[in-house]
Amino acid sequence: MPKDSGIGASSKRREDIRFLTGEGNYTDDINVNGQAYVYFLRSDIAHGTLDSVDTSAAEGMEGVVRIFTGADFEAVGSVPCGWQITDKHGEPMQEPRHPVLAHGKVRHVGEPIAAVVAETLEQARDAAEAIEVEISELPAVVNMKDAVKADAPKVHDDLTSNLCYDWGFVEENKGAVDQAFKEAAHVTTLELVNNRLVANPMEPRVAVGDYSRGTGDYTLFTTSQNPHVIRLLMGAFVLGIPEHKLRVVAPDVGGGFGTKIFHYQEEAFVTFAAKACNRAVKWTSSRSEAFMSDAHGRDHVTKIELALDAEHNFTALRTDTYANMGAYLSTFAPSVPTWLHGTLMAGNYKTPLIYVNVKAVFTNTVPVDAYRGAGRPEATYQLERLVDKAAHELGVDPIKLRRQNFIMEFPYATPVAVEYDTGDYVATMDKLEEMADIGGFAARRKASEAKGKLRGFGVNCYIEACGIAPSNLVGQLGARAGLFESCTVRVNATGGLVVMTGSHSHGQGHETSFSQVVADMIGIPEDMVEVVHGDTANTPMGMGTYGSRSLAVGGSAMVRATEKIIAKAKKIASHLLEASEGDVELKDGAFTVAGTDKSVAWGDVTLAAYVPHNYPLEEIEPGLEETAFYDPSNFTYPSGAYACEVELDPETGQVTIERFSAADDFGNIVNPMIVTGQVHGGLAQGIGQALLENCAYDSDGQLLSASYMDYAMPRATDVPFYDVDHSCQTPCTHNPLGVKGCGEAGAIGSPPAVVNAVLDAMRSGGSTVDHIDMPVSPHRVWEAMNGSGV
Amino acid sequence: MYNFDVEMPSTIADAVTALARDEAQPLSGGQTLIPTLKARLAAPSVLVSLHGIAEMKGVSAQDGTVTIGGATTHATVAGEVADAYPALASLAGRIGDPAVRNRGTIGGSVANNDPSACYPAGVLASNGTVVTNTREIAADDYFLGMFETALEEGEIVTAVKFKIPEAAHYEKHLQPASRFPLVAVFVAKFADGVRVAVTGASENGVFRWTEAETALSADFSVEAVAGLKADGSSMISDLHGSGAYRAHLVGVMTKRAVAAINA
Repeated sequence: MPKDSGIGASSKRREDIRFLTGEGNYTDDINVNGQAYVYFLRSDIAHGTLDSVDTSAAEGMEGVVRIFTGADFEAVGSVPCGWQITDKHGEPMQEPRHPVLAHGKVRHVGEPIAAVVAETLEQARDAAEAIEVEISELPAVVNMKDAVKADAPKVHDDLTSNLCYDWGFVEENKGAVDQAFKEAAHVTTLELVNNRLVANPMEPRVAVGDYSRGTGDYTLFTTSQNPHVIRLLMGAFVLGIPEHKLRVVAPDVGGGFGTKIFHYQEEAFVTFAAKACNRAVKWTSSRSEAFMSDAHGRDHVTKIELALDAEHNFTALRTDTYANMGAYLSTFAPSVPTWLHGTLMAGNYKTPLIYVNVKAVFTNTVPVDAYRGAGRPEATYQLERLVDKAAHELGVDPIKLRRQNFIMEFPYATPVAVEYDTGDYVATMDKLEEMADIGGFAARRKASEAKGKLRGFGVNCYIEACGIAPSNLVGQLGARAGLFESCTVRVNATGGLVVMTGSHSHGQGHETSFSQVVADMIGIPEDMVEVVHGDTANTPMGMGTYGSRSLAVGGSAMVRATEKIIAKAKKIASHLLEASEGDVELKDGAFTVAGTDKSVAWGDVTLAAYVPHNYPLEEIEPGLEETAFYDPSNFTYPSGAYACEVELDPETGQVTIERFSAADDFGNIVNPMIVTGQVHGGLAQGIGQALLENCAYDSDGQLLSASYMDYAMPRATDVPFYDVDHSCQTPCTHNPLGVKGCGEAGAIGSPPAVVNAVLDAMRSGGSTVDHIDMPVSPHRVWEAMNGSGV
Repeated sequence: MYNFDVEMPSTIADAVTALARDEAQPLSGGQTLIPTLKARLAAPSVLVSLHGIAEMKGVSAQDGTVTIGGATTHATVAGEVADAYPALASLAGRIGDPAVRNRGTIGGSVANNDPSACYPAGVLASNGTVVTNTREIAADDYFLGMFETALEEGEIVTAVKFKIPEAAHYEKHLQPASRFPLVAVFVAKFADGVRVAVTGASENGVFRWTEAETALSADFSVEAVAGLKADGSSMISDLHGSGAYRAHLVGVMTKRAVAAINA
């Protein structure tokens, strides 16, 4: 029976009332008395020497408060990178300075050169047009393989080359892997591109900086997934503001998808300028600015090889990847193609030997960083495309080949340094085969062919590592931060609770699902629990939301804090009941002496905590408020199997998705409806990457897909009615809720299924093409089927 | 956007007067002009809104001709032309999305002559006439190239006339991002011949595919055009499709339009 409240119930999302009625409080809704507006003059040249920035004509224009250029920020710190990678020779990555405003050079289209603060945005724009910028254009570095050539122009003159790092993983295994390839009965090789994406959250980025001369306190309101991280990065590394003098508020945030994790220079600018101008300063990104200043995602070029023995067992895997960093290192950029990618290359398979090489490259493009899935979609895509290709080369069923190589026993230590705690890949594949109605496919293909269409079926598995995750481990791997999570639970006198979490909700529905957990633990109605997040002033230091970590890590901190609350409340209750603590149990919102009808209600206990007239003051303090910090002992490993069925119009190349089935194992589930919604959203973004989205630059570093006229977002009509199941559940063994995380699965697991299905359709039409790059646009399909020389 | 004045005349005559002002620009729906202004890519001193001109609104059909006022929205055309000229109503009903269709106007579309706009294909294939405040211009003389028309400075498209064919169909293949036509073909079958107009494909804007017209006028069947190949040499080549792909799609869309008419 489905529950109607608490853990396991599909409680309606309480936050949607304000989101759907226009009552949300987004950063752009925040206006500080007396605020001025900033407009950033951005480079329209990808690479050049900044010869001069003459603001003299603009200075006196109407409404101008002050104009800033790179020179104003010479004494200010570099926008920091939060992760240091050690290369295969044991050397640290090359790390360039990242100025708040360009100084000396411009390195990508969209880099801010000057900032005009004015009374109105239009006045700021008017003045920006009067700034005279002289740039001596340099040849742009765009293609990654060209960028690492010896004679390539350098993006950063003070670095030795455009190579950020050359990472080998696990370097010690390379010899054994190469040997296994020599001994292989069959080797399958695939070269592919994981297309660059723009996250495009519905709400563009916004930042409002404020400063009080009276107190010396700074406040930054910003569209962030992790306000505490922004406070630390910006305060400590860029502006030199101690954390106790800096408050960062990320109120309602309209979608993040990773791109709002990072500390951006616009945040540092408005905070710096608020003091310099003695005015609050507001910036609201236009959609056009977002395309050229939000960190982009993906952008890998990979060669991957699989070695198999004569019985089709995977014996070794070898990859060679170029990962685009863009012009500067965004906050977590170096970790994405390495620790979030290389560690996942085992996938769902017991391949004993794996070697991953990643060359991270600087180019004259917008910085690239985590985007929904971050490294794991790249790993899944190449591996699952490769396994499919191997199956076709060997003439075996792709599902059978996968099943034969599945990891069957858990815990399982992969050759790429992680240990999967639980999983059941057979169960999700069984479920998928049932959902996808493989038996009916032949008839559906026939029906499509009768209409002149081709039909294709594709599957893939995925594994992801979520809940990032133990601080001591990530520290060894180069993280310059801990990755715990925090929670304070405050019980009010009349029994209601406020859960103050370091996690951040920007669409995930934490206010609902977190309340369900706490209400369930105590046995009270969900509406007695309020969830507070997004403000460093009223939440404990937390690391925020990304990597599908909120429930697994933040939720675990909340459980720990609530356990402390319950333990203390039990002490108070046993005093009130004049019973020994060991005999008192909490059930359905009341403390009862076991085996008796003696009982005291939750509200009486909480009242006693704050009106401690009859209270064990000699033993415990009054009040009922507890904080817990939770640092997980491992990542969590959600997994699943996805199937896609497409129809392909051979005359136009148009692909439509007819069916999509997703069988996921997320461990335990708090709110099935929210989980389904998360999968739906992830699938839309994965299908978007597979069929539509493509961030393209020309060879001069000009952004070709700079608006929705050329950047194709998935729309409702582009996606099917999904068939989603999460009944296969192998609970996580190392967090108290047994949860694994579900936010990224859809985006990770869907692109290979789509492309595998498209290739299957093409084959059924007689095509011998064995790969097609994403996005699988009609034009690309048509060219692949007909050759480009028609 | 930059500052500008707005004038809201209620007659064509007043609009013409207002447009005589320096740097004046007509506004008729604004589906192209407003984004252009927001991007600061245009700086008119005065926008003359044609929205309030009653004599430029509405649809009428008589003697084999549909006449649509220049300030009539796509949504109105989609609804009110459905009986008289269903293929044209279908074209109008598939432009953009509901928000676009309820602001954008036929006059604005035809005056702008975007190489990927839908209406120019409908006007050209229907052997239409563009009516302005000063004259009537045959469609064949009106569309001069990408964003180029026979309109003079200050001239307003007050109405567009369509000859109603025996049968017609508009077939389009969408550009995946903008959802404008990547290539779209309007086939109109008249008693005295067939007209085939292509939008989205050519660097010279909307054009008539005369080889297909000749073939279809002789034999209105899919087979008649199956072997024809459009010339790809002056086709648009961009992120979303090469010139060769567009040329190929011209053939496919034409065949499908014919098939739809014959179905």
